[in-house]
Amino acid sequence: MAKIKSLEDLMKIKDDAVKNLKLRETGKRGKIVVAMGTCGIAAGAKDTFKAVVEELSDKDIDDISVVQSGCFGLCDAEPTIEVKLEGSEPIVYGHVTPEQAKRIINQHIVNGKVVGDLIIKRGEL
Amino acid sequence: MLKPITILVSVDSNSALLGARHYKNYLSQLVKKYNLDSITDVLETGSFGNYGEGVLISILPENIHYSVKSEKDIELIVQEYLLKGRRVPSLVVEKIEKEETEEKKKNVEERVVLRNAGEIDPKNINEYIAKDGYQALAKVLNEERIEVINKVKESGLRGRGGAGFPTGMKWEFTYKVDNPEKYVICNADEGEPGTFKDRLIMEGDPHSVIEGMAIAAYAVGANKGYIYIRGEYFESISNLRKAIEQAYEYGLLGDNILDSGFNFDLSVRLGAGAYVCGEETALIESIEGKSGRPRLKPPYPPVSGLYGKPTVVNNVETYASVPPIIINGPDWFKVLGTSNSAGTKVFSLCGNLINKGIVEVKMGTTVSDLVYNFGGGIRDGKAIKMIQTGGAAGTFIKPEEMNTPLDFDSMKNYGISLGSGVILAINEDHCAVDVALNLMEFFEHESCGKCTPCREGTKVIVDILHKFSKGQGSEELFNSLYDIAETMEASAFCGLGQAVPIPLRSILDRFKDEFMAHVGVDEAPCGVCKFPKKKKKVH
Repeated sequence: MAKIKSLEDLMKIKDDAVKNLKLRETGKRGKIVVAMGTCGIAAGAKDTFKAVVEELSDKDIDDISVVQSGCFGLCDAEPTIEVKLEGSEPIVYGHVTPEQAKRIINQHIVNGKVVGDLIIKRGEL
Repeated sequence: MLKPITILVSVDSNSALLGARHYKNYLSQLVKKYNLDSITDVLETGSFGNYGEGVLISILPENIHYSVKSEKDIELIVQEYLLKGRRVPSLVVEKIEKEETEEKKKNVEERVVLRNAGEIDPKNINEYIAKDGYQALAKVLNEERIEVINKVKESGLRGRGGAGFPTGMKWEFTYKVDNPEKYVICNADEGEPGTFKDRLIMEGDPHSVIEGMAIAAYAVGANKGYIYIRGEYFESISNLRKAIEQAYEYGLLGDNILDSGFNFDLSVRLGAGAYVCGEETALIESIEGKSGRPRLKPPYPPVSGLYGKPTVVNNVETYASVPPIIINGPDWFKVLGTSNSAGTKVFSLCGNLINKGIVEVKMGTTVSDLVYNFGGGIRDGKAIKMIQTGGAAGTFIKPEEMNTPLDFDSMKNYGISLGSGVILAINEDHCAVDVALNLMEFFEHESCGKCTPCREGTKVIVDILHKFSKGQGSEELFNSLYDIAETMEASAFCGLGQAVPIPLRSILDRFKDEFMAHVGVDEAPCGVCKFPKKKKKVH
């Protein structure tokens, strides 16, 4: 490890480490649930999950938690993800490839616009 | 890649005995087996405060606490929660909600010293840095030494080991002595029976102690420090050593810290489990390699301590309080407590309570709040008989006196000691004579034997109490206990002997009737003491 020589060095380490801890924070703005049932995994949910996590960290979004769950019961539309933002109704998206996942994050999470062409269901499952 | 799910396993010396480390490894194994290791972090952390019946784990960011009692529970959590996203209600531990209603507010802890315990991985310096760690050190290195001391003085921080001496003044005395060689020592020889707060601080957040010591060393002009720690605190020792190693690697200890020209070396010294070594001069003797015997005071350690050099000796909790004071300012700390006792205090709750563990609350919290709100009341629906506050050398009180607020002045105002922050609840099944005997046997055993009043006094007290527990007591013997107490208080050499009369008098004052019930009867009235059977008269 490099020696810390100044307050700036210290803050640099802090900024890096904070990212890790931010992921543990509770009481976030919303969450993304990725369905990881057998059907989802077979359809590539793992890659989708990875893409979601990567895109969030690339964009420095730390107020959204990512959770995996079992099958939503929408096996024909796998991989499916559910986006739950505070104060608005949950949206389920279907056929979410890694590329589509990035689109959802950029359009829905960042800009607050629902991605119309991928919606499977609105409201609570 | 960042991992979105973090599982924290609370590993401290209590949960380690319940298999916490094994569960953690098993959990990591399962996570790997199900290919979840790219998205899940399994980490060890310090104590969450309360001890449940099993090992506590917390899953973040969902913030669910589970209590794990077997490998099966781990399997269930992995299969149900991690794989399928369902909670496992049978294992969920209810956590006290932070905020909301007035009633709930009373139950909220104020965490200053324990700010990171149970939240970060104590073996990872980066996590401490992420929680503003070492910023206070960086800040003070740009300040004048006396400024730092004045800040600590202003904050009203007082020693958390029991005596409550103002920390800033102690530092100032040491600062004023002109000597190129000075030392800072951390008293981590937590020997007071019932106290385990320091252990959990060191296990959960070792860097806060190290940073506090480095700040103290800079302020008084010392370049060498020792942490004197009980040899049986394995977890604390290994966490501290690891933390010191990491701090050296980052250059936060050693030569020319943060390019300021300030050098500070820190190492750990192990004690061998003698109660008297918690007394600062005996502790210093022990670090010097001699047997732990107290020295004649004055001179006090700030003038002549380790190797005859000016030395600051502070408690673990005191050092851990320093970095937040530097960062947030003295006024912030002052507001937390009562007028003469600033800040918060970590209490160790033990005895016949439902929730045992540590809590950190504002100074001036009442005994009943600690027992009922935080401790959950008395186990098994029994009635409470007495509470000992402040540790073995603290006072016994009756349930009627439980509304007393605890701070450094409560001894002066109400005759109830704060000490090292122990709340030992004793239920109706126990006998006052037996409790007193048990405690005095401890002091008899731990008396180092250097001075006569303590060596002989504790022995005579134990002999007399033995007589009571065998039904051979008398009013005269009862009164003679007060005489011994007076003699010891006036003439014992160090704090150990001088403190023995405090618990003794408080229990005699409050439970005289119970002692007297043991006199002149054939059968013990308490069901605890065993009177020898009278020989049958031979006709």
